[in-house]
Amino acid sequence: MDNPTLFVSSHAPYWHNGARLSVKNCHIMIAALPAVIMGIYQYGAPALGVVALSVAAAMIWELLMNLVLRRPVSIGDGSAALTGLIFAMLLPATTPWWTVVLGAFLAIVVAKQIYGGIGCNPLNPALVAIAIIFLSWQGIVDFDEALADYDLGCVMAYPLTALKYFGTSAISDFSAADLLMGRHAGAIGATFGLGLLAGGIYLMLRGMIRWEISLSFLAGVFVTALLFYLADSQKYAGPLFHLLTGYTLIGAFFLATEDSSSPVNFIPMLIYGACAGILTVLIRNIGAFVDGTVFAILMMNVANPLIDKIRPKALGGGMKHA
Amino acid sequence: MKKPFFGLTRPKLAYSGIDDTGPDIQEIPVPERIFFSRQIKKGEGPTISRGQEVRTGQRLRPLEDMRVCVTATATGVIGDVSVETDYSGRTTLSMSIETEPKDRWDPEFEQAGISAQSEDVLSYLSALPGISDLIPLVRRENPLDTILVSGFDRDLLTATNQLSLKTGAANLARGIEVMKQMTGVNRVMVAAPPSLASEAERGGVEVRILNPLYPGADPRLLVRSILGTTVLPSRPLTDVNVGVVSAEGVIAMGRAFQDQRPPVSKLLTVIGKDNRPVAVRARIGTPVGHLLNTLHIEVSGGDRLVLGGPMAGKGIYSVDVPIGPDTDAVMVQDKDHVIPPSSEPCINCGECVRACPARVPVNMLIRLLENGLYEEAAQQYDLLSCIECGLCSYVCMMRIPIFHYIMLGKHELALSGYLEESHG
Repeated sequence: MDNPTLFVSSHAPYWHNGARLSVKNCHIMIAALPAVIMGIYQYGAPALGVVALSVAAAMIWELLMNLVLRRPVSIGDGSAALTGLIFAMLLPATTPWWTVVLGAFLAIVVAKQIYGGIGCNPLNPALVAIAIIFLSWQGIVDFDEALADYDLGCVMAYPLTALKYFGTSAISDFSAADLLMGRHAGAIGATFGLGLLAGGIYLMLRGMIRWEISLSFLAGVFVTALLFYLADSQKYAGPLFHLLTGYTLIGAFFLATEDSSSPVNFIPMLIYGACAGILTVLIRNIGAFVDGTVFAILMMNVANPLIDKIRPKALGGGMKHA
Repeated sequence: MKKPFFGLTRPKLAYSGIDDTGPDIQEIPVPERIFFSRQIKKGEGPTISRGQEVRTGQRLRPLEDMRVCVTATATGVIGDVSVETDYSGRTTLSMSIETEPKDRWDPEFEQAGISAQSEDVLSYLSALPGISDLIPLVRRENPLDTILVSGFDRDLLTATNQLSLKTGAANLARGIEVMKQMTGVNRVMVAAPPSLASEAERGGVEVRILNPLYPGADPRLLVRSILGTTVLPSRPLTDVNVGVVSAEGVIAMGRAFQDQRPPVSKLLTVIGKDNRPVAVRARIGTPVGHLLNTLHIEVSGGDRLVLGGPMAGKGIYSVDVPIGPDTDAVMVQDKDHVIPPSSEPCINCGECVRACPARVPVNMLIRLLENGLYEEAAQQYDLLSCIECGLCSYVCMMRIPIFHYIMLGKHELALSGYLEESHG
């Protein structure tokens, strides 16, 4: 050939904004760190053990599934590590090792890989894992029981359990500042409200999570709790209590916003978030479970494909069919 | 070009302006050889032969089919002429001119007294910039309602059209007048960025100023924001009696009638490896390699050559490809900056949905396209609403070649005859 220069030819566009999944997952993990570090500080080595084991187990399960299914190795994108981290954040520090490994299996293999891997899971993997563990071994994730040997120098009770079984009089011991600063019993990464808020706001500002989902979830929790509170303030706790206890904050910023199981259109995101928030409080106040966040978000995950059909008309009005 | 640090809203990419290229236009000398190619109907042999002398601006009719016209954009002799049919059944006429350094202008345009209403005026204008936009607008028996003259460029880093408007505003009014006579359209409007407002005013018609945010200057989005009309993008805008032409084309037409010479050259933006755009003027048919040599832009194996801009340009694979009347930019991308697409699955993050100016549910669309379900993609997820801006691929964090999948889907639908069926 008289012109030996070989060019790389491909389809437009030739630029990219530089976004990567691994970078995004790194940012989400960094945003989760304040809450995790606080948990480790409070509960010591056992908490560190649970977090480390969960992240490692999730990554190993992912790698094993990659090998078994003969798919490209995908642990480099950080999503398995992130799932492991978030799952650990939902557990009490005393969780036995086999539960952590089993939970990581449920999250990565059952909830994600058998559906086809990343992007194909209809439900949030970490939530599936915690839901199955919760339904199967309630004692392990009963925070009062699990953390009975700990004394952090504050009221060592799980606020939502106290509310459920002892009424509003039992929660007067928890001030908003205590709840924000993690001075109460709970999961490793779910008690330090201020850290979760800081992480969530960071993620929303960076566009790493969809602010529509987080804010509508919090609004759903707030409004529903307020309505209950106004109806009977003796029986039901105030909205601020519901916002700062249980899995509410971690749910708003780290669970409900999982990409694959949440909507992408504007109005569906608001509906999804708000309904998850409403369901959370409904389950807490009149349902059977102490905390409703897990099942509320899972239920909205199931409804997601339907909700996400609400979308604006495309340019040209879409196709007309005879 | 990175994702902004704060990302609450969708990415905003501003078009480049004249500030980026500077006001200077570098003249590219006439190359030794100029190339033309036209898609033609099958089974016709060329009537033009090697060695025939041609002059600058001469109208050539290289086939028995007198409708196929080529303007010689330089003086010289005809080199190779060939008619070839490729694997997909398209037949192409290709020819070259071995040029002489000195131009001798062909007098036919002037002597024939061509006016805007002449029956064969378009046959003299086959090197007019943006000619492919103009031909469908000439409907003498059933004229359009409105023609928009766009003073925007279609892609980023490109300032061709803006520079044409800046330097050629004197001919804008004449061009608009010629176009009105040619098409019978009464209502003509000029759309331009704020920096070119005073030049746009010189057209003597209604002016609309719009913010230059990509991809707002796409003809369909221009029509939507100025006239409030839309049509499914797989249908031409002439379905709603609207046309969009580039200011460069209108000005070139005005100048052609002013000078009594058909257009033979084209302004274009050359984007080098440093992403620095340079404005040049070259004869239509100049090979890309000649442009790059003149500008001392070195290319080597692994680089990328693009006709057009970084968002929607067309990749080419040889420096021998000539620039055409619709080539607004030539871009060279260094091999270190080539971002390979991936085969990763969609993670449903929704960035593409929020970036899409046509509100296509790209996250669902890509799932169907990856599985070859093109008709379902068109019926359920608005494949045909795509205006081909490339923003979906630009923002995709999994680096899925979404734009490529969309074009493949449209191509397959066109082959299957689905488009004719669904448009009735």
